[in-house]
Amino acid sequence: MDRGVDGHRPALSGRGALLLGAPPLLFLLLFFAYPVASIVGLGLSGGTDRGAAAGVLDTWLDARTVEVLRFTLWQAALSTVLTVLAALPGAYVFARFRFRGRRLLRAATTVPFVLPTVVVASAFLALLGPRSPLNDMAALLGVPGPIVRLEGSLWAILLAHVFYLYAVVLRLVGGVWSNLDPGTEEAARVLGATRWMAFRQVTLPLLWPAIASAAAIAFLFTFTSFGVILLLGTPGTATLEVEIYRTTALLLDLPVAAALALLQMGSVLLLLLLYGRLQDRLTIERGLRPPADVTRPVSDRRSRLVAGATLGSMGLLLALPLLVLVERSFASGDGHGLEAYAALFQAGGRAGAFVAPAEAIGNSLLFAGATVILASLLGLMSAAVVAYRRGWSSRGLDALLMLPLGTSAVTLGFGFIVALDQPPLDLRTSPLLIPIAHTLVAMPFVVRATVPLIRAIQPRLREAAAVLGASPRRTWLEVDGPVIARAALVGGGFAFAVSLGEFGATLFIARPDVPTVPIAIFRLLGQPGTLNFAQAMAMSTILMVLTAAAVLLIERWRGEAATAF
Amino acid sequence: MLTLDTVSLRYGETQVLDAIDLAVADGELLTVLGPSGSGKSSLLRVIAGLAPPDRGAVHWDERDLARVPVHERGFGLMFQDFALFPHRDVHENVAFGLRMQGLGAGRIAARVAEVLELVGMSGMGKRAVSRLSGGEQQRVALARAIAPSPRLLMLDEPLGSLDRALRERLPLQLRDIVRAMGASAIYVTHDQEEALGIADRTIVLRDGRIVADAAPARLWAQPPDEWVARFLGFRNVTLASVRDGRAETPWGTVPLPAGVPDGECRLVLRPTAFVPDPDGTIRGLVTARLFRGDHLRLELAVRTASPLDVEARWDPLPSPGDQLALRIEPEGVIVLPAVESAPGTPSSAEADHRPPYRANLRP
Repeated sequence: MDRGVDGHRPALSGRGALLLGAPPLLFLLLFFAYPVASIVGLGLSGGTDRGAAAGVLDTWLDARTVEVLRFTLWQAALSTVLTVLAALPGAYVFARFRFRGRRLLRAATTVPFVLPTVVVASAFLALLGPRSPLNDMAALLGVPGPIVRLEGSLWAILLAHVFYLYAVVLRLVGGVWSNLDPGTEEAARVLGATRWMAFRQVTLPLLWPAIASAAAIAFLFTFTSFGVILLLGTPGTATLEVEIYRTTALLLDLPVAAALALLQMGSVLLLLLLYGRLQDRLTIERGLRPPADVTRPVSDRRSRLVAGATLGSMGLLLALPLLVLVERSFASGDGHGLEAYAALFQAGGRAGAFVAPAEAIGNSLLFAGATVILASLLGLMSAAVVAYRRGWSSRGLDALLMLPLGTSAVTLGFGFIVALDQPPLDLRTSPLLIPIAHTLVAMPFVVRATVPLIRAIQPRLREAAAVLGASPRRTWLEVDGPVIARAALVGGGFAFAVSLGEFGATLFIARPDVPTVPIAIFRLLGQPGTLNFAQAMAMSTILMVLTAAAVLLIERWRGEAATAF
Repeated sequence: MLTLDTVSLRYGETQVLDAIDLAVADGELLTVLGPSGSGKSSLLRVIAGLAPPDRGAVHWDERDLARVPVHERGFGLMFQDFALFPHRDVHENVAFGLRMQGLGAGRIAARVAEVLELVGMSGMGKRAVSRLSGGEQQRVALARAIAPSPRLLMLDEPLGSLDRALRERLPLQLRDIVRAMGASAIYVTHDQEEALGIADRTIVLRDGRIVADAAPARLWAQPPDEWVARFLGFRNVTLASVRDGRAETPWGTVPLPAGVPDGECRLVLRPTAFVPDPDGTIRGLVTARLFRGDHLRLELAVRTASPLDVEARWDPLPSPGDQLALRIEPEGVIVLPAVESAPGTPSSAEADHRPPYRANLRP
């Protein structure tokens, strides 16, 4: 007889909502809305005598732009299809089988997704580039010439995307799959369906919404892919993101870059709208079965074969690039050593860097720390409004907060350099510029980590606390408090990881003498020589370890929170 | 003493509680019985202060509780789904109310140990509540509710999610614990056996109204109307015409207890009151039988009437297909008024069976 009366959910007063909501709102207006408006203004200012919009249209209809857009869509579609095909077997194995190390392995599959794109690109350069150990091995065996030389090819890009997005499909589809009652498929088998027919007729239709949803996310990610394509591609393989960067940094043509950024924003907006429509139409079946254990041990020959082959190829795809990355970071001359790591601490040198590359690590940690503080503070304020207030103010702020996520990093960075380089807001030299940009990207994660947890607190618990004598304030402290604290830890961890790895926006705004780790890697890769390459690999390895550590901590905190609520 | 004075509660279009008058004496164990949606849980929520009534008042002794917030009422409530704090272990859950009272750590630890012992969970304070079985969670929820020594303890379907063995054993333990506390208690359930088994007094709720209010034995002996009788599990209910102390029913002629006036009335025939008698007026064909250990439950088809529910303890045990001739003892016949009381109009039967002390509460 639960009437679902939510009498004891704390409500935020209008004044409180205003006080808490104002700082994040101001932040978004100043550092998101204003730069975006500046891009629009700049795009239109490039107009000819035929009118303001003509310049934008000229850029959009230019043969080069059409080719870039075509390639952007083509590589995104290919990456999406490949990722879904590659990850479905894995989703099946994790949903249906029980084996030793399953949880650890599942957590490990998430690592590529959270790795900075620069690290992913470095890893695939190491694996598929001219310095690939595969080529070394071939040479040892007497096979002439480099057998692997995929650098600059579409295949390298696609493989890197599959590597990066594997976890999205695994998690989304696997999550639904493990909630499907195996009994339905068994029922179909008893009714005379073959294994394949049972899958086609029963399981696939139930999985379809999750697959579509995961595919949409994969498409969105690869459509806005920047770092991987910049580092692995050639001028012939440019996405819109890369083209905006090249137009700005190499051609210095800001109006054209602005027109391209407008095209990018419009496309992403359209994709998000389509994704929203898709989400509305697809209702993912939940609660088909209580999340009881539906896994079975890998016992018979058939399941050993299936699980073994799947996990083996998964390991090859996900682990090999990272292993090669680490191996290359130790490669020096003919053997292995710490040369590359030592070189990181020398300024100048043959690479002619302004500062020792290792200084970038300190910079990155400082920026990440500032981002954690800024994003947690503003994010928790927003989360409080979104979670405790009902009605338009809550929904409006929620939607507004997600806008920066829907805007590509390159657009954000581009917006910063066109908007924040002149009075009244001249932040070009401010050390806060990078944390501000990172906060824009990280804040939505903090809100997303917090709001669902607050909303998931059962009203019963607050009622129980009240009946046991806790005042409303005390109830909030005792019941909501621990949840919010944990969510803040998770959100802060995300902010840290996001800031460490952010590349697209930072590339536009980082000052030459204060690089972050991804920027330092990018520069090292851009310079010739074996040592520079090894240094880039070493730096990538360090960044990978830092990020993985942050993510493992998040998983731990979140895992506890997830089992508790 | 808890007093409810014409308490009403609406959720949207639904009248969940409709002019409830109720008093619970100090130390009394009241059970609230009713089908799903009859307003049982809402009644507890109103008393706890979790749902303010739309009309009427809740008093404790002389004090109107309207302005007393939930946390200052000093009542205990054990939730149907237990609502244990998932991020706290057993000890911390039980200690919560004591901490709210501002007790020191030493006294809290002593009291927690005491109530955990009471519910048979000694030494399990460090366990995570998510790892407990249903029965253990139930006992922790009970311990948490009684630890602060509430003056009124409310239990909302406390055995709802438990298996049969526990459901049979725990009500008695619950009653003993409540008795030991000396507090008043309100125990909500939809299970008749549970409700009648442990109560000083039972009320029956139907669509937000109290349709019966009596000691369990009295309620069992004389349900106020057909609806309550059927809810208690009686199935042999029929209209009958009375003449000279005998009633004509579709099943045959039935002797009545003394003092029933001639005319129309409604009868309940207890399934336990039938005895085999070659001259009996109730004759029928056994159509189904259910083995119940020490007795059989029979379904007897009698002419065109609805099948008769008969409990048979005699020898030889009848089988389906047997023709039986039975009579019924007059003590096994409950006489109800002929007119079924519609919800909303208090029946004379209810008035008749209203316990005397309840009338005294009215000013």
